[in-house]
Amino acid sequence: MSHLSYEESKKRVFFGLKLLAVITLLEVITSLYGKGFIGGNGEPHTGIIKWIVILLLIGFSIYKARFIIFEFMHLGYEVKSLSWAVLFPIGLLVWAMFPFFQDGNSWMNRREHHGDSTGKEIQEEEIQKESGLLKDTYIIESNRG
Amino acid sequence: MANHSVADHDTEHYDPNSAWGGGERPFRASYGKLMMWYFLLSDAFTFGGFLIAYGALRFSSPSWPLPDAVFATGPFNNFGFGDSTHLPLVFVTIMSFLLIISSVTMVRAVQEGHRENKNGVVFWMLMTVLGGLGFLSCQAWEWNNLISKEHLTIGTDPFGTHTMAGVYLDDEGKETDEVFKVGTPYLIHKLHSGHGAEGQAGHVEMHEGGAEHQPAAHHEEEAAAMPPGDYPGFVLDEQMFKHRKFKVTEGAFANSIQSEQFGPKAFGGLFFFITGFHGFHVFSGVVFLLIILINAASGVYVKRKNGYEMVEKIGLYWHFVDLVWVFVFLVFYLL
Repeated sequence: MSHLSYEESKKRVFFGLKLLAVITLLEVITSLYGKGFIGGNGEPHTGIIKWIVILLLIGFSIYKARFIIFEFMHLGYEVKSLSWAVLFPIGLLVWAMFPFFQDGNSWMNRREHHGDSTGKEIQEEEIQKESGLLKDTYIIESNRG
Repeated sequence: MANHSVADHDTEHYDPNSAWGGGERPFRASYGKLMMWYFLLSDAFTFGGFLIAYGALRFSSPSWPLPDAVFATGPFNNFGFGDSTHLPLVFVTIMSFLLIISSVTMVRAVQEGHRENKNGVVFWMLMTVLGGLGFLSCQAWEWNNLISKEHLTIGTDPFGTHTMAGVYLDDEGKETDEVFKVGTPYLIHKLHSGHGAEGQAGHVEMHEGGAEHQPAAHHEEEAAAMPPGDYPGFVLDEQMFKHRKFKVTEGAFANSIQSEQFGPKAFGGLFFFITGFHGFHVFSGVVFLLIILINAASGVYVKRKNGYEMVEKIGLYWHFVDLVWVFVFLVFYLL
């Protein structure tokens, strides 16, 4: 705060309001485009467009978060070591995302394999193809009837 | 004996200006602000844990309710926009704006505090409280709409997504012209057997075509005449949810008759828990803002002459609540 005059910092705050409002609007428009509500035929986009939309949305959110932390919460004006002390541990959360999401994805693959979503019956010969935990699950499931 | 001499040594050389004597502030931040940062870091871990659990469960589910279908109503849907207007994400965008604006008014309060301007602090904090209350009111409306109109609960998710393409059947079990594709969202209606005609929210009827556009009173009659069971055009479950039947038109199950299934069970629990936990943060933030507002107005901080540091600390908390909303908004509403 000290390096900016009162008038300058006041201006900066209302610039922040405009910036966050515009980014939020852009986010909503991007999201609606991705789901096909704007400029589409009402169906969610798939493939590369879907992933570009997802990356854009995550990018916008991180930019907003960065602005709030460094401007509004004033972390950009504190000593460097404080921002490291606060932000470095957050990296652990990012690290945790990868294994948890991967595991979630693996549950989904198993569910589809078991026919949860499609109602497919488990075939006896499929049991032979599997090994380890998956085989155990098959045997338990098929014994249950 | 040795310990005693060490203690003596320490007391003799105690220097309040040394780093270990308390002469230097870690990170050149005051105790209160530093502890607020550490609290917020721990809170970020709590929210991060919830959001990662949400992500893992969402990844594990073959389908997920389309946010634009779930969050498409607002208190303005029935005023001037027609009866069944579908306005995806509009209401929640307004909620986001409220939080952003209240964050900005909070920064203004902190700035006025640095100038020791009591009236400025009180005015801008009051604006912040109003923004927070506005957000909470919107959330109360949203929850009420989801629970009492659309029957989303922590264990039941009537918002489903088609995993196969097909065509709906009418009440006699004949094919209608309502065709849908993979990924089309639907909402399973609940028939009301109790008293009191409940108005259905606008978008409740949007996927249902002509058959459902009937007055609520008709629903009641229909429900009274029908016990739960398997009907030609739908399955009525024990809770009176009407799962419409459809004929699959593509894939391995082509030509088979299926009924609408509930969406992923975890959705309601995750939504109410995570947005509820955030809403509780907003609520406690409003309470603390009010306490500090009253203190500021009564001149408590004038005497401290530290540039209204207490306002700065509650400001950090309030911005954090806004920061969490950025990510809740991202994962629940945008993605």
